[in-house]
Amino acid sequence: MRIKFMTGGMPVSWLRALLLALFIASPLVHADDNADFDAALAQLAVSSFDSKAEAIDTIAASGHPAAASLLEQLLQARLFFRKADGRLVIGEKDGRRYRIRDALSGEPLGIVKKRALRKIKTNNRLRGHIRSTIATLNLSSPEVAVRLAGVQQLLERPDPTALAVVRRQLDKESDPAVAEAMRTVIALEDLKSDDPQVVREAIERLSGSLLPAARNALARVAAKSDDQQVRDAAAAALSGIESSLQLNQLAETLFFGLSLGSVLVLAAIGLAITFGVMGVINMAHGELIMLGAYTTYIVQLLMPGHIDLSLFVAIPAAFVVSGLVGIAIERGVIRFLYGRPLETLLATFGISLILQQLVRTTISAQNVAVENPSWMSGSLALNPALSLTYNRLYIILFALLVFVALLLVLKKTALGLQVRAVAQNRNMARAMGVRSAWVDAMTFGLGSGIAGVAGVALSQLTNVGPNLGQSYIIDSFMVVVFGGVGNLWGTLVAGLSLGVANKFMEPWTGAVLAKILVLVFIILFIQKRPRGLFPQKGRAAEG
Amino acid sequence: MHLSKVIRHLTLAATLSAGLGVSTIANAADTIKVGILHSLSGTMAISETTLKDTMLMLIEEQNRKGGLLGKQLEPVVVDPASNWPLFAEKARELLEKDKVAATFGCWTSVSRKSVLPVFEELNGLLFYPVQYEAEESSKNVFYTGAAPNQQAIPAVDYLMNEVGVKRWVLAGTDYVYPRTTNKILEAYLKAKGVAAKDIMINYTPFGHSDWQSIVSDIKKFGNAGKKTAVVSTINGDANVPFYKELGNQGISAEDIPVVAFSVGEEELSGIDTKPLVGHLAAWNYFMSEDAGANEDFIEAWHKFTKNEDRVTNDPMEAHYIGFNMWVKAVEAAGTTDPDAVQAAIIGVAVPNLSGGYAAMMPNHHITKPVLIGEIQEDGQFETVWRTPGLVVGDAWSDFLPGSKDIISDWRKPLSCGNYNVKTGKCSGQNY
Repeated sequence: MRIKFMTGGMPVSWLRALLLALFIASPLVHADDNADFDAALAQLAVSSFDSKAEAIDTIAASGHPAAASLLEQLLQARLFFRKADGRLVIGEKDGRRYRIRDALSGEPLGIVKKRALRKIKTNNRLRGHIRSTIATLNLSSPEVAVRLAGVQQLLERPDPTALAVVRRQLDKESDPAVAEAMRTVIALEDLKSDDPQVVREAIERLSGSLLPAARNALARVAAKSDDQQVRDAAAAALSGIESSLQLNQLAETLFFGLSLGSVLVLAAIGLAITFGVMGVINMAHGELIMLGAYTTYIVQLLMPGHIDLSLFVAIPAAFVVSGLVGIAIERGVIRFLYGRPLETLLATFGISLILQQLVRTTISAQNVAVENPSWMSGSLALNPALSLTYNRLYIILFALLVFVALLLVLKKTALGLQVRAVAQNRNMARAMGVRSAWVDAMTFGLGSGIAGVAGVALSQLTNVGPNLGQSYIIDSFMVVVFGGVGNLWGTLVAGLSLGVANKFMEPWTGAVLAKILVLVFIILFIQKRPRGLFPQKGRAAEG
Repeated sequence: MHLSKVIRHLTLAATLSAGLGVSTIANAADTIKVGILHSLSGTMAISETTLKDTMLMLIEEQNRKGGLLGKQLEPVVVDPASNWPLFAEKARELLEKDKVAATFGCWTSVSRKSVLPVFEELNGLLFYPVQYEAEESSKNVFYTGAAPNQQAIPAVDYLMNEVGVKRWVLAGTDYVYPRTTNKILEAYLKAKGVAAKDIMINYTPFGHSDWQSIVSDIKKFGNAGKKTAVVSTINGDANVPFYKELGNQGISAEDIPVVAFSVGEEELSGIDTKPLVGHLAAWNYFMSEDAGANEDFIEAWHKFTKNEDRVTNDPMEAHYIGFNMWVKAVEAAGTTDPDAVQAAIIGVAVPNLSGGYAAMMPNHHITKPVLIGEIQEDGQFETVWRTPGLVVGDAWSDFLPGSKDIISDWRKPLSCGNYNVKTGKCSGQNY
């Protein structure tokens, strides 16, 4: 990414390279530069992005120990001027206020209102500029991890101006991993060389690399080089890369499918209890999910500054809130309607509308902001072509956890035993002394509570608004019916396989058609096997 | 909220009629009714309730200034509940039963298409405040939102000329506005020499939340070594999981910028903006606009809603402009009669909120500046580019083969929304 800010006719990128080279050549510049450094800090206040870019270059070249961290704060939009005295501070959000500290000394300066601060604004060009400046600065950091991050950044976003620095640093580099990455950076550049020998060596080094930059550069060489041998070598390296990319693609699609499937399982598993075990068609199931998501929102409001922990509080809270609402619905409405599925359907549909409008009037018709904890953001890079996003990874694990927990509750606890007894033969269970009304309420509460827990997970993936539930109700019923009513394993298998099927179809058909095809398939499947994948057997199923 | 207001009105009316008898009837006859046709429940309530409040505020302000033609304005609020056929029913109710002088309403194109025959049949006036796909011009509708040439085309120009984008992803929700806009954009890009293999078009269902494969495809598309950008006509809140996925898969705005046409301050106020910072939006108004009129408007809005955190957005400005244009036209015509107002409103110019003026053109579209802004952490936009002058809304796109010869001019003697300059015929079909 080449960035040109003109300063007096001289492209800044050159100026930057020059300054960086100077700085790295003689790291012992002190007194004079401090004046420049202070001037550059003051220059950040200017609103023009070009002059900010100049200031950034001066800061980077100053060799000041805080330079890299200062630029990092600027990149993260955490650098402010205090309006009262123009002091440069780092502000971190604490609820609606900011906790500030001095940008250089780190001295804490208390908590202030947003209005007391003026943010140093950045734009895309400037952020790109800062990023590559930091990467270049990082190359000469004493810490291995920082150097590695710097050089990897250069691999992802090649920056020709940093090349001179890379070459120089390579000689001093002691860590093999960093040196290896640096050689790759240089090899990328060597592909452009006129000397066939240099190019062939570079091809050798880059074969097997999954970096997009390497693939593009090799493709260019394979198409354009004058030397037949070089062209062949590049083409061979390229075909190796392509086949390994295809494998990665397959793994990626499978992961996407499992992740979509785990969301379906989460949304449907509460329904598998209320609809599957109890036979209640609960159209308000989606709204119970929504309540869970709103509980997450409220928990985050109540514990500002602890976003990373909020989900652990939100999960039990959502279970309790949705569970209690579920019990209220069962005691208040559904118990009068057992055995009348149509009336239950209409009544619960009405409840779903009431719950939606309730949220709309009491909280807001607008979506609310649920924040992602830092451990849910970003992705786990397995290689340059395959990275798994953390939020999806955790949600797959969470779905499995919920499934196992539910299975244990139904199979290993007294409540589970009673639930199964009532589901199989209500009269016999009552004759044995099971309080069937109580069991109904508890079962419905359990199913609803699980829906609430699903809401916590969904709040991390999608919008939290009054309509959240509606988008999942159809999918939930689809999964339960497909899997076989009354069978938790069926729900798991159905959810995951529908997710995977959907994702494998999506690249060919597009998202809209993939969804339609899945629905058509389920309709046909249900025609053939009305009881789903795992039908319940025995007398209970007939009743 | 709405119900309580109705009850309050009823109680008020009851007290008044009990106490004053005849005089209430006289009062009722002395008001000019203004219809507000925005969904207050259902999916679209998220966007439309704000516009209802905006209208109430504008009407209240006008009444404080002494009303219109010496009469007070009386808002008539109905709730079409995000239900397209209900929009037509409610429109009929406003026109036939309440006899409103003008109606401000609708958000989605399908709701507008649903009420259009009603307004034409009963000769009402509708002010439509949202950006839309154009290819329409009705005698009875005033389009105060942006046409594609006032939003999409300038945004593409910006990316092409200022950012140097060579590959294009056109991503949209699967309905009429994105489909038509993308058709126009595709034709435009091809006219600019972009090869078909450098354009990727993708549609997703409403409220799509699983963006993994699409973002991964975009990433691969963008890895080909040419600067890539996404032009997003993804509807409203489906954008949020889209941006989140972009962030999680490590695509930043510096690598692949996304320019969106339906992400505004209101949508951003409900989300965690971290993954969105640096992505772009094209609008005709930003809350961050530095203009006196804008500051006054924001202050009035905060006072009216009694909430300092409420944001303003582009469709609100469109209602502000539309309402003021209607007021001016009624004053000029001296009556609220639809035909007189239709004749008087063409050429009316009122201040917009970014320090300039908006004029109603003969094709019932208005002039607007086009702004490109980068999303900031606080949910506001930092304007990075603006058109040098005002852009006139084009009802019939010049880039679609079916509509490039068609113009719309509602001035006499032409009075036609669909005039073919080649054949010299007015097809009479207005939409």
